[in-house]
Amino acid sequence: MNNVYFWEGNVACAEGALIAGCKFFAGYPITPQSEILDRLAFRMPEVGGIFLQMEDELAAINSVIGASWAGAKAMTATSGPGFSLMQEGIGYAIMTETPCVIVNVQRAGPSTGQATRCAQGDFMQARWGRHGDQMLIVLAPNSPQEMFDLTIDAFNLAEEYRTPVILLSDEFIAHMQERVEVPSKVNLISRRKLKDISEAPFGGSLIPPIASLGDDFNILVTGSTHDEYGYRKTADPIVHDRLVRRLMNKILLNADKIKRVEMQNLDNADIGIVSYGGTSRSVYEASDLANEKGIIIGHVRLKTLWPPPEKEIKALAERVKVIIVPEMSLGQLSLEVERIVEGKAEVILLSKIGGLPITPHEILSKIFEVLR
Amino acid sequence: MILKHFARKYLREEVLPSTFCPGCGLGIIINCFLKAVEELGYSNLNDFIFCSGIGCTAWIPSPHFKADSIHTLHGRAVAVAFGVKMVRPEHHVVVFGGDGDIAGIGIGHLIHAAKRNLEIVVIMANNFTYAMTGGQLSPTTPFESLTLTSPYGNIEKPLDVVKVIDAAGASFAARWTTYHIIPLIRTIKTAIKKNGFSFIEVVSQCPTIYGRRAGFKSAYDMLKYFKEHSVPIEKAKNMSDEELKDKFVVGIFVDREKLGFTSLYKQVINKARVKL
Repeated sequence: MNNVYFWEGNVACAEGALIAGCKFFAGYPITPQSEILDRLAFRMPEVGGIFLQMEDELAAINSVIGASWAGAKAMTATSGPGFSLMQEGIGYAIMTETPCVIVNVQRAGPSTGQATRCAQGDFMQARWGRHGDQMLIVLAPNSPQEMFDLTIDAFNLAEEYRTPVILLSDEFIAHMQERVEVPSKVNLISRRKLKDISEAPFGGSLIPPIASLGDDFNILVTGSTHDEYGYRKTADPIVHDRLVRRLMNKILLNADKIKRVEMQNLDNADIGIVSYGGTSRSVYEASDLANEKGIIIGHVRLKTLWPPPEKEIKALAERVKVIIVPEMSLGQLSLEVERIVEGKAEVILLSKIGGLPITPHEILSKIFEVLR
Repeated sequence: MILKHFARKYLREEVLPSTFCPGCGLGIIINCFLKAVEELGYSNLNDFIFCSGIGCTAWIPSPHFKADSIHTLHGRAVAVAFGVKMVRPEHHVVVFGGDGDIAGIGIGHLIHAAKRNLEIVVIMANNFTYAMTGGQLSPTTPFESLTLTSPYGNIEKPLDVVKVIDAAGASFAARWTTYHIIPLIRTIKTAIKKNGFSFIEVVSQCPTIYGRRAGFKSAYDMLKYFKEHSVPIEKAKNMSDEELKDKFVVGIFVDREKLGFTSLYKQVINKARVKL
């Protein structure tokens, strides 16, 4: 039987991590993610796991990397400025193919900005925040239930694809309290382990098997360009090209399997909307209100932000003349939607910053303005 | 019968000869560390996990040691080691790093690991400079020294990292130079056995980058200088700051018995489980 709780998003995320088998959490206090940290400080020792409050976000992400290489499922959580500080570590995790989960509860920036207010300004940073060519997976929940479900998904994807996975939440969802159903049985994936010393832990297949530090395979882990056995080969153009392309491809070639997307009313839509996270909750209500006026909104709601569900967004563009992209930023998701639809539909940005969510009526007004 | 050097059984022979410059002190540190390991009775490095950051010293374990090693970001080896040690408390986790890596960009993690008394060994090779990037000013560069980024002479006094570790409350801290091979081996053995945070600074010659600009003709000249300018800690206690100005105070600075972090964390788990 499933258990039902009344949880806020951050608590649901922490509990999801425990269900996913997370045994190591390191973090640093920052609003609006602190409840994840607080909850796990209390809960992690109960399951025999490790909770550490580190000296800064650099220590948090790097100790997560160490813990993951030592064999534990590991996670950190942060917000805005802390996410910026973690970027170098995330780049290292990409290069070394370290399974781990990074939760970023978005808040209003730039800089300290509005520390306690909601925003969606980290959409591009989540994808492009590191130097160098790289790719990872970014998921976006839109309810406490999804803070729970997608945290488990994030761990499964991290383990399956040997990559850092970012759970890109926002203050709106993180502090929202709703019913959360905890299933009695959850499907969990664990990393494919190296069986024999002759297997290559950094190549040979798209997603190579991993050996943990302490497993006595004499494994060499490095963030420098390395061959399939981990030896530094920084001056070899072929080794670098092969490694970086494989790291990109293991995500991009599996984009369809990684994709999580929700689609509503595509077939008879009068107008399209692409949204994610907290903003999508206002789209739901705007959709109901529009329905009462006889307008049907075709809605593509992204749960996987990166790699983006291109086919679904293209399908929407085939059916409508205009796609509205509401977001709590001055235009980031809208740029990606524009790129994907290749002019097949007009993309109109509805942005709002200042720390307050976009309301259903604001979306509705935009629809009326466009359709007039 | 051809006798092999004792250290070869701990090294990845396929990466030899080492890429370190001729005369570099890091070879002496490798020798001393592996001698300590051998004298403690380990026939291989399976009980060890090595963490290092970026810089020449970070290359000591990666790729030289035939062991599990993680070569991390610049300055972050101690933070990575924290995660490793918590998940694998039964292993000896050893960090190798230079003065820039450990005491410059990474000093925040160093102080906090020392404060927590995390049971790891940190060996800092102090060559007074950022050698891999060509020879810039480091936190331990001597006063008035010429480097690429102090072309008019260093106006900063060097940081005494052993004192920092002492103030942070760690179990063990020591300093030797690459001249002091026998005491260094003995000290590494003590550090590995210690159930707390252990820090060893090894003043190490960099004849190629630092020594050349400081007027040393060879690695041998630098070792001779280390020998002549070292003062045991017991003797230094009765010397003035003026007398100690250009001296390396060597010996065991801190040796305390106190619980380490992983032991204390086990108590947290026990408390949480009793409550259930």
